[in-house]
Amino acid sequence: MSEALRPTDLAELRDAVAWAAEGRAPLAVLGGASKRGLGRPVQAARVLDLSALAGIVDYDPGELVLTAKAATPIAEVEAALHAARQHLAFEPPDLGPLLGAAPGRATLGGLLATNIGGPRRIQAGAPRDHFLGFQAVSGRAEVFKSGGRVVKNVTGFDLSKLMAGSHGTLAAMAEVTVRVLPAPEAVRTLLLRGLSDEAAVRALAAALQSPGDVSGAAHLPETAAAGLPAEALAGAGALTAVRIEGPEPSVAARGQSLARLLAGFGPTDLLADGPSRALWRAVRDVAPFAGAGERVVWRLSVPPSEGPTVVKRIARPGPAEAFYDWGGGLVWLALPPAADARHEDVRAAAGTVGGHATLVRAPESVRASVPVFEPQSEALARLARRVKEAFDPLGVLNPGRMYAGV
Amino acid sequence: MRMPEPDRAVIARRAEIAAGLAAIVGPGNVIADEDELRAYECDGLTAYRQPPMVVALPGTTAEVGRVLAYCHAGRIKVVPRGAGTSLSGGALPLADAVTLGMGRFNRILEVDLDNRCVVAQPGVTNLAITDAVRHAGFYYAPDPSSQIACTIGGNVAENSGGVHCLKYGLTTNNLLGLEMALIDGEVVRLGGRHLDPGGYDLMGVVTGSEGLLGVITEVTVRILRAPETARALLLGFPSNEAAGDCVGAVIGAGIVPGGMEMMDRPAIHAAEAFCKAGYPMDAEALLIVELDGPAAEVDHLIAKVEALARGAGATTVRVSQGEEERLRFWAGRKAAFPAIGRISPDYYCMDGTIPRKRLPEVLGRIAEMSARYGLRVANVFHAGDGNLHPLILYDANKPGELAAAEAFGAEILRLCVEVGGVLTGEHGGGVEKRDLMGAMFNEADLRQQERLKCAFDPESLLNPGKVYPELHRCAELGRVHVHRGETRFAHLPRF
Ligand SMILES: Cc1cc2nc3c(=O)[nH]c(=O)nc-3n(C[C@H](O)[C@H](O)[C@H](O)COP(=O)(O)OP(=O)(O)OC[C@H]3O[C@@H](n4cnc5c(N)ncnc54)[C@H](O)[C@@H]3O)c2cc1C
Repeated sequence: MSEALRPTDLAELRDAVAWAAEGRAPLAVLGGASKRGLGRPVQAARVLDLSALAGIVDYDPGELVLTAKAATPIAEVEAALHAARQHLAFEPPDLGPLLGAAPGRATLGGLLATNIGGPRRIQAGAPRDHFLGFQAVSGRAEVFKSGGRVVKNVTGFDLSKLMAGSHGTLAAMAEVTVRVLPAPEAVRTLLLRGLSDEAAVRALAAALQSPGDVSGAAHLPETAAAGLPAEALAGAGALTAVRIEGPEPSVAARGQSLARLLAGFGPTDLLADGPSRALWRAVRDVAPFAGAGERVVWRLSVPPSEGPTVVKRIARPGPAEAFYDWGGGLVWLALPPAADARHEDVRAAAGTVGGHATLVRAPESVRASVPVFEPQSEALARLARRVKEAFDPLGVLNPGRMYAGV
Repeated sequence: MRMPEPDRAVIARRAEIAAGLAAIVGPGNVIADEDELRAYECDGLTAYRQPPMVVALPGTTAEVGRVLAYCHAGRIKVVPRGAGTSLSGGALPLADAVTLGMGRFNRILEVDLDNRCVVAQPGVTNLAITDAVRHAGFYYAPDPSSQIACTIGGNVAENSGGVHCLKYGLTTNNLLGLEMALIDGEVVRLGGRHLDPGGYDLMGVVTGSEGLLGVITEVTVRILRAPETARALLLGFPSNEAAGDCVGAVIGAGIVPGGMEMMDRPAIHAAEAFCKAGYPMDAEALLIVELDGPAAEVDHLIAKVEALARGAGATTVRVSQGEEERLRFWAGRKAAFPAIGRISPDYYCMDGTIPRKRLPEVLGRIAEMSARYGLRVANVFHAGDGNLHPLILYDANKPGELAAAEAFGAEILRLCVEVGGVLTGEHGGGVEKRDLMGAMFNEADLRQQERLKCAFDPESLLNPGKVYPELHRCAELGRVHVHRGETRFAHLPRF
């Protein structure tokens, strides 16, 4: 992939895709390239570099919507929102460091295209839940739009959902509109220490079943906790963390009632605002497994109560290190380097509880031979191929990034 | 409203088709008698009526699959139907189609409190889900006003909302998994009890697809712990502008209320006459703002909203002092539709969304239209998210009034799009807004949406004539014509 096309506006973007489509010369679509290492390796002649399509187009805090060009850096979006005391409620992670790229390069479009939400997913939803509309160029080199610029809309098929998590395989997005929300005034975290995975997930379930409006529920076993950055409590043994956010008086009251509720699991500490933010940033960005690492990293989504069982099953035949978010429903798993990334063990464990697994970090050769995304049933795979064809019949946009031919 | 020309050859096979369906679902579960078919001739949009060719009432997913495979093989159209409360004609039957009634799918399959979800058959009513978990302090958040009747399958197909969706989202944000039968009879599962399944988010795009992509046979929804407490403010304002300013001030202060509803003067008066909720009759606009959550938070925010309301010029400010008073504040709003039904023989409920700041202007222009069409209008409004429900009052027995009401409604929806909004916030396109899609989408936008339909249903047998003005043939849509660019490749900036 020696050459890159770098369109500077919608017309050039369309022309770049038209040119690729005419020559049947596939493109690897990139925003800020922070997640280039995610997915199956793409066999593309050239890179379609969207980074020039950047900048906030329209932001009206009162309407709770923001429209930006697709490759606008998340940092720029967050700065604008911060100034109006708002935020992206899905808590975008910065996976750059986990995937061997620099931090701070993620773009809004890339975030939506991969649909990876942070710890607040359990309360506020994933990127998909905040994705209101877009304008894009399909693999047919046609400009089209979908959705709208208001927070509530059911006009026509909700193609934003389809674009979210499509990893650039359907269309190259030029402009996107997202819902934004008021940022919470205060943040606190209740901490329990030294719990087993099973006890921790039970404690998190109790918190999530309470009226305490919990916005983060994570458990880091001792080894994972040791990998946290210092300001986020490294080395304190196993940590079970429950986050509460909102107006100051509310946070104070909920902190007390949750502490009472969790008393049976052990004494709780209350983390103040600053350390709370550092801790959740570390959980969000998978800090325990980031940095120089040979290990392969999996992301498992399972019914929350099954998290520890799934990890036990994978750890039985060989070493595995894990930590939990989403009350146990999200498992980040690090395994020693292996050519097969132990995909059969991992998928069998997730599959028995009806969950799924994605291979997030592995060398290119491994991602080329191991199914990166959860393999689909025959019927679903056929449907997915037909959907791909509906948008990109010539296979010019990120071909093969998700599945063979998709 | 013109529906696709019925296929006479299919209608001629009616008896044979009824027998074919009876062989799959049992003779007792096929309705072919003309009188009995009348019960299915419309949905909540009663202005349009058409008895179905035949009704099949399958009882299992396997039966749904076999009915669809049978219809697919015989090129017979299928219209899925839940409770038939759609306000956009989504479940309107077709003269040459089988109406597939999902009413027998009425069981809750599992309540899983550990994973905070409920697995239900699609014919279960929205309220029944909350009823099944209330004992444990949980509820299902999306709460359309029709919740005692409408089905969870219909909610998924319409992506329905309710007064709480500003804070808790629409159906799509509360859904974890689906089982769905495709038109060829194949059954697929999407999602489950976990979040964000990999692969394309087909569950996301099926939600709100109005029965055009597949038949939903099982639904897994997320349930939430009921808030510790809820309190409401009843606020009266001397103008729509002042009420609009108050809404803006609440959002601007970083508060997301559990519900924030607005009513204009005609709606206030109709509601008050109907149920004596104690609304201020001197107000031009009324707001009900509900705060829910932990008691400490609710008390704190109630005080804040009260101050903001006074700052915006509220002439009536009442804070609910108990559950009974809170429910009384809501009673008028919840009864708004029947209240209008009391003062007018017929009414037509619209559903556009606008950027909130354009509200005073839009209400002003609706008032002008009302004078021009000679039809009264009352507005209820999900104020927090800009979702407007103008209720147009008319009398179907007076010649020309229905047509005038429709033209008035279409003009309102075009206005919504003109000010930067959309045609429908929660009721769906159905047949009602089908021919207005061009106001919001251009040809290329619509063709791309239709191509998605082709990926699921290439012969367009599922609920044709709904949502999209005119479906192109999939073979034509699938053809690739790449238009060479103006920009020569060599001129594209490169590294
Ligand atoms: C008084 C009243 C108040 C209302 N209030 C609200 C409100 O507050 N918010 C709101 O959003 N809506 C509201 N509605 C509209 C309506 O209730 C919703 O759209 C509801 O979700 C429809 O559900 P249903 O079961 O009646 O579906 P139906 O009307 O039977 O069908 C609706 C659509 O879904 C399809 N469908 C139904 N079941 C399935 C299935 N199993 N698989 C595939 N497709 C299926 C049908 O083909 C049709 O296109 C209201 C309606 C009324 C009459």
